[in-house]
Amino acid sequence: MSALVIAEHDNQAVKAATLNTVAAAAACGGEVHVLVAGHGCAGAAQAAARIAGVSKVLCVDAPALADALAENLAAQIVALAPAYSHILAPATASGKNVMPRVAALLDVMQVSDIIHVLAPDTFDRPIYAGNAIATVQSADKVKVITVRTTGFDPVAAEGGSAAVENVQAAADSGKSRLVGREQTKSERPELGGAKIVVSGGRGLGSKENFEAVMTPLADKLGAALGASRAAVDAGYAPNDWQVGQTGKIVAPQLYVAVGISGAIQHLAGMKDSKVIVAINKDEEAPIFGVADYGLVADLFTAVPEMVGAL
Amino acid sequence: MKVLVAVKRVVDYNVKVRVKSDGSGVDTAGVKMSMNPFDEIAVEEAVRLKEKGAATEIVAFSAGVAACQETLRTALAIGADRGVLVSTEAELQPLAVAKLLKALVDKEQPGLVILGKQAIDDDSNQTAQMLAALLGWGQATFASRVELDGDKARVTREVDGGLETLELALPLVVSTDLRLNEPRYVTLPNIMKAKKKPLDTLSPEDLGVDVAPRLKTLKVAEPPKRGAGVKVPDVATLVAKLKNEAKVI
Repeated sequence: MSALVIAEHDNQAVKAATLNTVAAAAACGGEVHVLVAGHGCAGAAQAAARIAGVSKVLCVDAPALADALAENLAAQIVALAPAYSHILAPATASGKNVMPRVAALLDVMQVSDIIHVLAPDTFDRPIYAGNAIATVQSADKVKVITVRTTGFDPVAAEGGSAAVENVQAAADSGKSRLVGREQTKSERPELGGAKIVVSGGRGLGSKENFEAVMTPLADKLGAALGASRAAVDAGYAPNDWQVGQTGKIVAPQLYVAVGISGAIQHLAGMKDSKVIVAINKDEEAPIFGVADYGLVADLFTAVPEMVGAL
Repeated sequence: MKVLVAVKRVVDYNVKVRVKSDGSGVDTAGVKMSMNPFDEIAVEEAVRLKEKGAATEIVAFSAGVAACQETLRTALAIGADRGVLVSTEAELQPLAVAKLLKALVDKEQPGLVILGKQAIDDDSNQTAQMLAALLGWGQATFASRVELDGDKARVTREVDGGLETLELALPLVVSTDLRLNEPRYVTLPNIMKAKKKPLDTLSPEDLGVDVAPRLKTLKVAEPPKRGAGVKVPDVATLVAKLKNEAKVI
C-alpha cells in the first residue's frame, strides 16, 4: 500500500499546501511518493525530495504539463495510478480541478476535502458548509482524495532525502491551452497559509474605505487580507480574497473579522481559526457567536485605534 | 448548438441545517428546498447564450426524487426549453450523476454542458470534471467568463491567486463560479409558461446506469462547538487580551 501526492508547485519550489497533503497521505499508512508534473520543474522535484517522510519523487517534465491543464495532468496521474492505493492532492483550485477527472477515469468516487483520516478507507469531511461532518468509507480499489489543508499540520519541508525518478510524459490531449493569466499582485502572506488573517465585509462601505481601513491593520500585523462574499460582490476586494464555503478555507492563529455579519457561508471558511476577533457595530451579528473576542464598535474608529495600539 | 444544463435540488442556502440525533444524516424533513445557487448561474448563462444566438435549444437535467420536478420547472421559468428528470429514490453521488449525464449527452448530443461548480449540500465539486472525463471532452471549471467562437470557447477561470483564460475545443463541459453572472428573477408569467413546457421523466435503468453509491456514510455529526467568547469594552482591552491572554500577536 502506498500513496501518491500530487505536488502543487511553481516549477522551482513546492507550495505549502503540498506539505499538509503529505501529512494526510502519511496518515493513510504506507509509503508516500510525490508527483511533480510540470515543465522545467527539476527545482521543484529537488524541493519535494527534501520533504520529511517522502520516500520517492516522480518527476515528469514536458511542455504539455506546463500549465497544469486538467486534461493532460489527469491523464498523467491515471498512467501512474496502478501502483497506488491512495492518490491525494490539496483541495486547492488546481487539485479540485484535476482530481475528479482522475477519479472518473479510474471509475472511483473521489472523497473531497477530507479533514481526518480515521482508517485507510475511512475519512471525515465537512458537508453543508461545515455545519455537519460526515464520516465516509470508500470501497473503491483506489482512494482518490482531496485534502483540506487546514485539517492537517504540515510535515517539515526539510529533512527528507528521497530519490528522484524521471517518468515518461503522457501525450498532450490538445483539448485545451492556456492563453492568459492574471495574477493578483500581493506582497502580503498568502491567504491560505497566513498566521494572521484580517478580513473585511460589507460594513466597510466602499473599495476606498476597504483599502484605507484594512491595509494598515494587515500591514501592522503582517497579516493576509481576506473578504466576505458581500465585500467581493460589491467590488471592495478582489475575488480571490474571498473567505468562505465557495472561496478559501482558512484556519490561521488569529482571524480578525471587520464589518462582517457572519453568514453561514462565511463561517464555513474561517471557524477553525485558533482565535477569532469580531469588530462590528451590530451586537446581534452572528459573527459574535463564534468570536473569542468581540468588540461592538464602529469599525471606522475602532480599527485605526487598534492600529495605533499595536 | 444545443446546451445541456444540470440542476440540483438542495436545502435552501439560508437554512441552518440540523444534524439528526441518531447521526444518520441531516434533517431535511419540512425544510425549504431550492435550486443550488451555482446551478441558477448555469441556467442563466445558457439562457444568455441563447439570447445572443449562440445556443438554439436548452435542455435542463435533474436527477433525484420526484420533487426535483419543481427545480426543473424553475429552470424552465428562467428560460430553458425543456426538462429531463431522472427519477430515483436512491442516494446519488457525483460519479452516478456524471454517468447519468453522460448517457443523456450521448442521446441529446449537446455542444456544451454547463453545471454549477459545486452543490451546497455535499460540497463535493466533482460532477462537471467527472462528466468531462467520461465523455473525453475538455473541461473549464470555476468559470467567470465564457465566450464562444465557432468551434472554440474562451473561458476565464477563477484560480488561486487570480484568473486564467483557457481556449478549448467544443464540445466542452463548463462549471460556473459565482461571478459568471447574476441570475434573473423568475417572473409570474414565465412560471406559468414553464408549466406548459415539456418535461420527460426517465429512470436510471432507462439510461442503463448503475447508480449504487460508492461511498458509504457511516455517520453524520455536529462539528465541534467553539467555546463561548467574551465581549470586550474597548480597543485597548482587545489588544491587551490578544497579547497577554491569547498570545497571538
